[in-house]
Amino acid sequence: MGASPSISIAIVGSGGAGALTTGNSLLEAASAAGWHGLFTRTLGPQIRGGEAAGLLRLAVHPVDCLPGQFDLIIGIDWLNAHRFGDEIKAGPQTLVISDPRGGEPPPMVTRSGARVVEIPMKEMAKSITDGRPNMIALGIASRLLGFSIEQVFAPIAKRLADKGPEAIEASRDGIRAGFDAAAGIDFDAQLAAPNPSDTRRWLLSGNEATALGAIRGGVRFAAAYPITPATEILEWLAPSLAKIGGVLLQAEDELAAINMIIGSSYGGTPALTATSGPGLSLMIEALGLATAAEIPVVVVDVMRGGPSTGIPTKSEQTDLSIAIYGLHGDAPHLVLAPQSVGDCLFTTQWATYLAETLQAPAIVLSDQFMGQSRAAIERPADVAFIGARTVATNISGTYKRYALASNGVSPMAIPGTLGGQYTADGLTHSETGTPTSGATDHLAQLDKRRDKLDHFNFGDHWASVEGTGDLALITWGSLTGAAREAAGRAATDGLDIRVIAPRLLAPVQPERLASALEGVKRILVVEQTHGGQFHRFLRAHYDLPAPVRVFNRPGPLPITAGEIHRAITDWR
Amino acid sequence: MSSVSTRLAHKPADYKSDLKPIWCPGCGDYHVLMSFTRAFAQLGLAPEKIAVISGIGCSSRIPAYTNCYGFHGVHGRSLALAAGLKVTRPDLTVVVASGDGDGYSIGGNHFLHACRRNIDMTYVVMDNRIYGMTKGQPSPTTEPEFDTALTPGGSGVAPFHPLVVALASGANFIARCFSGEPNETADVLAAAITHPGFSFVEILSPCVTFRPDQKEWKELVRPAPVVATNDQGKAARRLMTDDGFNLGVLYRGDRVPFQPAVGASDTDLSVLEKDFEL
Amino acid sequence: MSNTPDNPKISSLEDLLAVAYQIEIDAVERYNVLADQMETHNNPELVKIFRDLARAEGIHGEEIRRLAGDFDVVNHARQIAKFGRRESPEEAELGSAHYMMTPWHALQLSLAGEKRALTYFSFVVETATDPKVKALAEDLVEEEAEHVTLVNRLLRRYPPPKDSWAEDLDPPVSQE
Repeated sequence: MGASPSISIAIVGSGGAGALTTGNSLLEAASAAGWHGLFTRTLGPQIRGGEAAGLLRLAVHPVDCLPGQFDLIIGIDWLNAHRFGDEIKAGPQTLVISDPRGGEPPPMVTRSGARVVEIPMKEMAKSITDGRPNMIALGIASRLLGFSIEQVFAPIAKRLADKGPEAIEASRDGIRAGFDAAAGIDFDAQLAAPNPSDTRRWLLSGNEATALGAIRGGVRFAAAYPITPATEILEWLAPSLAKIGGVLLQAEDELAAINMIIGSSYGGTPALTATSGPGLSLMIEALGLATAAEIPVVVVDVMRGGPSTGIPTKSEQTDLSIAIYGLHGDAPHLVLAPQSVGDCLFTTQWATYLAETLQAPAIVLSDQFMGQSRAAIERPADVAFIGARTVATNISGTYKRYALASNGVSPMAIPGTLGGQYTADGLTHSETGTPTSGATDHLAQLDKRRDKLDHFNFGDHWASVEGTGDLALITWGSLTGAAREAAGRAATDGLDIRVIAPRLLAPVQPERLASALEGVKRILVVEQTHGGQFHRFLRAHYDLPAPVRVFNRPGPLPITAGEIHRAITDWR
Repeated sequence: MSSVSTRLAHKPADYKSDLKPIWCPGCGDYHVLMSFTRAFAQLGLAPEKIAVISGIGCSSRIPAYTNCYGFHGVHGRSLALAAGLKVTRPDLTVVVASGDGDGYSIGGNHFLHACRRNIDMTYVVMDNRIYGMTKGQPSPTTEPEFDTALTPGGSGVAPFHPLVVALASGANFIARCFSGEPNETADVLAAAITHPGFSFVEILSPCVTFRPDQKEWKELVRPAPVVATNDQGKAARRLMTDDGFNLGVLYRGDRVPFQPAVGASDTDLSVLEKDFEL
Repeated sequence: MSNTPDNPKISSLEDLLAVAYQIEIDAVERYNVLADQMETHNNPELVKIFRDLARAEGIHGEEIRRLAGDFDVVNHARQIAKFGRRESPEEAELGSAHYMMTPWHALQLSLAGEKRALTYFSFVVETATDPKVKALAEDLVEEEAEHVTLVNRLLRRYPPPKDSWAEDLDPPVSQE
């Protein structure tokens, strides 16, 4: 056993080499053995056969971001790998395993001072019946990382279960050949022993976590229009909803999807759809309808590079503005953002609960990095946030759907309830829902819809607030993990850093942020945007009582803990 | 399918709300409202078990004038609202109300897919061949030579055949009515609601304010000269060649309605978590 | 195929030269398209094979052009070398390409093309009335027969692929 708390590995290959399968299998083997891990990938523009790199970080503790540099890079081949040059940083400590017939490693590797060891993976695979170079690579990786052949073979056997015993044996032979070929290669970076833990652990992607969170929160209807990088949420929900008496309907477009979930919710069934920036743009009008008619729905936006079609396969945090401000009119609603793969589950469940309780739409801003990364996490606790809509029953007299109540939430009559007939409307309405253009009613209903959100006690989940210290990092979403790690590095330098990441972006919580910022003398805002959307949002709604610096950069490259740490140390 | 009330049968007036319609006097939609309430009464449906879903336009105001559950949604999306509602609440009778603008223009795509999906609901389009609410622009069923402020001298664009589009897209029941014959219309609506799957009823409903020329419709309409067919080829020929004034049920299909199994379930959520366990 | 109305009618030596030339040029273009596909999809072994095949066809095309002497075979080909609803005989079938295709597959595509060309020129031999046309057609048949032999020899170097040749363990990628 080694002593590294965390190791990172990149597997590079193209043309059907199966690099991602190798990376995923390592994650599965490591998770089964008790480690935590995070796996993501970077790809060429082809649908099949493109250049691909699986990026894996294994650790003793949960990890939510990738490293700035890789410890081990295995190149099954290097065709077009220069395209991901910026994402696969190597350094003098890096070990590179390269197939001599796989083309030239890209400049970022050759110029880095990394140690290169050649192993002819393709040739070795040819000498095995049905041999595959990515199995050789898997064997090499397992030897270097300290896994046994059986440990990495188990996930492969599962994957190939329906391909027959020859294919499975061929893979085992390939792994063994790679394992043997790596004997004697010096590799210092070995993972420290995993923490013994008797809690169950899970392996899942942010998108899967989002979907399960919705179901835990009470969602039983989903409408689906596919869009990268959100489609997996809908594909997981389709069979899952069916198993529990729910249903997913494929829509002809996003306009239909958002209206379908409003229809379902109107009928009493909590509902969700998932999309990305372009789809959210299409859904904006109907989100206004849901706000005005006070109908709960959850819309997950798995953010990708923008604007317009943008970079569909990469992450960015640039849908903040449209999520919060996009609705025409004064239309306050809920906007939340998970902070990690595991947090996708909690935040979506909480969003569903809040939407149902407050009878308002909730937009959940996830992103491609969290959505499409796979992580080994502690099994998420069962929390009590299950959608509890206030419904009207035993109705007598004139039913007032939008009655002015003390907490702003008026009981909703579910169709089928005798005496509760009303017409839900986007038109400005009176307490009974009758359209009106009068000043009194308009003001009263605007107040109602604003106050029901503003007066609700969201509790401590509104943000994660960690650490003391007079420099505060304020960030959100998938950058939270990198910010925490940067704070950890600063702590080893003796610098105390506070990390504040709101999970609830709207309605804003000025008092809570003020209390979190008490004693802070410097504020560093970190966001993955070009235009500084988060910084502007903070300035618009919050007091920032200290000098502010902003570290913002648009996608496609993730912002690493090292970069944030540098921004901290640069500000002396 | 319709749900029959176990209480005393309702009178048509029981399905009307107290709200006075804003439609111009002389508007065909008054008759359509009458037909709705007569059809509901005929079927003995409980008002609280009917949902009337609409978009935007004069015709789309109808839900609030009924005593049923209603949804006045955004322009062109009523069929999507209705799909989400009916699939999760198959116990309700879902009637969707629209106009030629809301339904055939901005709602055009959803029209195709609603017919294709064949969820059990009834789609009523009050066709007055004009955008009435916004004061007189042409719609997809307006004649090309009809002069409007937006299209001086006429749009020059030919209308399409919504009934043919419905047939081609899979609608399971197709009918045309005239608002000026509210009893016949009520009968057709009742038949449409009863018929399983997606029923499409186009109601010619004159716009007294922007299409005073439509006064002549009452001379032009006639009962269709042949009975409804269940043969799509025959129906296609008939619908492509009729002059737009043949009234009655024109096509009755036998597609099975789309309705996934939904409802309470005993299955524990932990079944779903097995995907993730190591 | 050989007696369908899709084949261009050969009424003169010039016609045959033009059609034979066009057949080679079409084959060059087709092999380059395939080579480009293989390049984009990271199959370098097949890039080389298709570029080599393209080059070989280009050489044949040049030979035919030289045979034609001063006659503008390029322009004449544009007028008469039409294969109706089908593709030109030596054009490798695009629909049979695969990003993980092996040399064996490429050579099979080439072999099929050569055989189709052979069949076409044989048809010309059978139906030619002009003895000069017949003679040239016989030469072209002999030439194509040599190509078939050559490809077959190359094929002996590459074993037919295993059943799992197209197996890519990584899933397809959604790009938008």
